[in-house]
Amino acid sequence: MNILQKSGHQFQQLSREETAILHAIAETVIPASHQYDLPSAGDAPIFSDILATSTKSRSELHTALSVLDDVAYQVAGTGFAALTVTSRLPVGETFRKNHPQQAMVLETLIVQCYYRDDRVMRSLGMEARAPFPKGFVVEQGDWSLLDPVRKRNAFYRPAP
Amino acid sequence: MTDEPIDVLIIGAGASGAAIAWSLVETRMRIVCLEQGGNMNPLDYPSAGRDWEARTSSDFSISPNARNLPSDYPVNDNDSPIKVANFNAVGGSTILYAGQFPRFHPSDFRVRSLDDVADDWPIDFATLEPFYAQNDHMMGVAGLAGDPANPPRPSIDMPPLPLGKAGQAVAKGFNSLGWHWWPSDCAIATRPFDGRERCVNLGTCVSGCAQGAKASTDITYWPHARRRGVELRTHCRVREITVDDQGMASGVIYFDSNGREQALKAHVIVLACNGIGTPRILLNSKSTTFPDGLANSSGLVGKNLMFHPYAAVQGVFDEELDGYRGPHKGIQSQEFYETDPSRGFVRGYTFEYSRGLGPVGTAVTGLSRNRIRWGEDHHDSYRKLFSRITSLVALCEDLPEEHNRVTLDPDLTDSNGIPAPKISYTFSDNSLKMLEHAVARGTEVLKAAGATDTFSISPIDFSGWHLMGTARMGTDPARSVVNEWGRSHDVKNLFIVDGSIFVTSAGVNPTSTIQALSLYIADQMKQRLANLFD
Ligand SMILES: Cc1cc2nc3c(=O)[nH]c(=O)nc-3n(C[C@H](O)[C@H](O)[C@H](O)COP(=O)(O)OP(=O)(O)OC[C@H]3O[C@@H](n4cnc5c(N)ncnc54)[C@H](O)[C@@H]3O)c2cc1C
Ligand code: SF4
Repeated sequence: MNILQKSGHQFQQLSREETAILHAIAETVIPASHQYDLPSAGDAPIFSDILATSTKSRSELHTALSVLDDVAYQVAGTGFAALTVTSRLPVGETFRKNHPQQAMVLETLIVQCYYRDDRVMRSLGMEARAPFPKGFVVEQGDWSLLDPVRKRNAFYRPAP
Repeated sequence: MTDEPIDVLIIGAGASGAAIAWSLVETRMRIVCLEQGGNMNPLDYPSAGRDWEARTSSDFSISPNARNLPSDYPVNDNDSPIKVANFNAVGGSTILYAGQFPRFHPSDFRVRSLDDVADDWPIDFATLEPFYAQNDHMMGVAGLAGDPANPPRPSIDMPPLPLGKAGQAVAKGFNSLGWHWWPSDCAIATRPFDGRERCVNLGTCVSGCAQGAKASTDITYWPHARRRGVELRTHCRVREITVDDQGMASGVIYFDSNGREQALKAHVIVLACNGIGTPRILLNSKSTTFPDGLANSSGLVGKNLMFHPYAAVQGVFDEELDGYRGPHKGIQSQEFYETDPSRGFVRGYTFEYSRGLGPVGTAVTGLSRNRIRWGEDHHDSYRKLFSRITSLVALCEDLPEEHNRVTLDPDLTDSNGIPAPKISYTFSDNSLKMLEHAVARGTEVLKAAGATDTFSISPIDFSGWHLMGTARMGTDPARSVVNEWGRSHDVKNLFIVDGSIFVTSAGVNPTSTIQALSLYIADQMKQRLANLFD
C-alpha cells in the first residue's frame, strides 16, 4: 500500500503527498538545462501552472500518481518523492513500461504547461504568444515540383 | 406555442443541415432547424489563448466523451477499435474539421459493378457534379485544377494552400518515386472570400478557426440561410420523431434550452444529425406502427456503419520544416486510390499529408514513440523533433458490413435521459491489408523525402470522424432506408441528408459529398413540391 492509499485519500484536492510526487515527476521528466538556459518543469511558475491545470483531469491524475508511487515502493522500496534524483529514472522506466496510460496522463500534463512557458517558447525560437490573431508565415514553396505530375495522363478509373 | 405545423423541420445544424436549409429557403416555406448545441464565438476558440494545445484534450477535444459539454451526448464506443469524433453546435462537426475537401471519384459510385463488393449507388458522379460545384462556391474552396487523378474541373475559386517546407519535402519524396501528388482541395480561404478573412496559418484548424478562414457552416451557409428567413433554434435536443395514424411523420418531441419537453409539428422532417445521431433518433422513435424504430422496415437503420480506417506515418527530418505553423492539410496523393488486384485488397486509399506539430504535440508524440526521453536527455531529444516532423496519413476506404452498427445503449443516456448510441465495429481483412500497404508505402515516401527516422500508428484509434452508411440510400426498400433522392421508403415526409445515406465510403473525406448530396436532395424536393409525398 502506498502513502496515498494509507492517508485514506478522498479523490478531490491533491494532497501534500501527491503534490510532492507530482513535483518530483515533473523535475524528473524535464530537469533544468544549463546548456539551453532552461528551467525544469518543477520551476515555480511552471509548476503552479501544472497544479492549476491538473484540476481538469483530477481523477485520472490521482490514479496515475498512486500507481507511480506503488511502482516506486516495488522497485526501490520507498515512495517516489523520497527517491534521489538519479534513482527516480529507473522507477520511471518501469512505470512507463508497465503503465503507459498512467504515464501518458502525467507526461501530457507536464509538457502541456512546460511548453507554453515564455522562457521555453523563446528558447525554441517561438514568440511567446497565442497563435491568434497574428498568425504565422508559411512560405509558398516550389510549385515547379508539380511539373512531372502535370505531365501525367488522367488515371482515374472510368465508371460504367 | 402554436399548434400550426411548420413546413419543414430540419434536425441538426451541421454540414448537411446548413446546406439544405440554405437551398430550401427560396421555396419561401417556413423552415425551422433544431440544434442541440449553441452558436460558437470564434474568440473563445483555443487559438486565441496560450493553452491552445491543452484545450484540444478538454473542452475542444474531438471526443464527445472527453468534452462532455452540455451540448454533447455520450457515445458508448467501448466495442469499437475506432472511437467517435464529432462536435455539437451550430456548424456541427465542421467546427473541428480540418477542411480537406476532396470529391468522390466516378468509380466510387459503382463499387459492385467494378469490384464485385458492396453495392452500387443509385446515383452517379454526374448527378452530383453540379451540386459539388454549388457547394464549393458556398463553402469557398482553395485548390488547383488539372489533377490527373480526378475528373477535370474548369477552375477552383481560390489558389491552393502554401506548400511550405514540409509540403515541399513530401512532394520531393513522391516525385522521386514517380508517384502522384497534388494540392488538396481545402475549404479554407486563401484570400478574402464571402466576408471571411484569409488563412493566417494559425495551425489550429481542428480546434476551431478563430480567424474565420476555415469554412465551418456557422460562417458559410448559416448567415445566408438565417438572413433569408430560416429560424434556427439552438440548445434544442430532439428525442424522437412522432407519427400520425397514416404512418406519416407528424413532428418531434424535443428538450428546449431550459430542459423542458416540447412538441413541434411539421409537414416535412429532415434528419441531418450525422451517421451516429441520425440512426440514434430513428431507433429512439418507436411506436406501434414502427416498433423497431422509424423508417426501419428493412432492419438496416444503424447497420453498415463505415468509418475510414486511418494509418499515420511520421517522418523526422534534419532540417527545420513548418512545425506549428500553417493549416494541417495541403497536399494529397491518390497513387493507390483505384483498385489494383495485385495489391491483395480491393478499393484503395488517399494519402493526406499532415503538416506538423505544435510544441506540446511534439513532446507528446516524441514521448509516446520513445523518441524523447526523461531526464537530462530530454532537451536534446526534444530539439531533434521540434519543427522537424511531418506526416502522411492514409485514409482507407471502408466497405459496408451489417455487423458494424449503431444501436441504443440499454443503460447510457444523455443529460435529458435520452438513450445514447452504442457502436459495435471490427476491421475487415481488406481494411487491415490496406492499412499495412499504406504504412509501407508512406514510409517509403518519407524516407525518399529525406526523413532520417520514421514511425507509424496504425490503425489510429481516435479517428472516427467520418460517420457513414447507417441509413443507406437505394432503390430497393428491402435493402435500403431512403430512396435515390433521400426520402424514407417507409415514411413519405421524412428525409435524411447526412452521411448516414452513403452506400459506400470511398477513400476520401466525406463532407463535400455529404453537402453535395444534401443540395441534390433539396433540389429534388423543390422539383417535386407538388407531389412530394406520392
Ligand atoms: C476532428 C475532425 C476532423 C475532420 N476533418 C474533416 C476533413 O478534413 N474533411 C472532411 O470532409 N470531413 C472532416 N471531418 C468530418 C466532418 O466534420 C463531417 O463529415 C461533417 O461535419 C458531417 O456533417 P453532418 O451534417 O452529417 O453532421 P455534423 O456536422 O456532425 O452535424 C450534426 C449536427 O446535428 C446535431 N444533432 C445531433 N443529434 C441531435 C439531436 N438529437 N437534436 C438536435 N440536434 C442534434 C449535432 O449537434 C450537430 O451539430 C472531420 C471531423 C472531425 C470531428
Ligand atoms: S491555419 Fe488557417 S484555417 Fe487553420 S485555423 Fe489557422 S487561419 Fe484557420
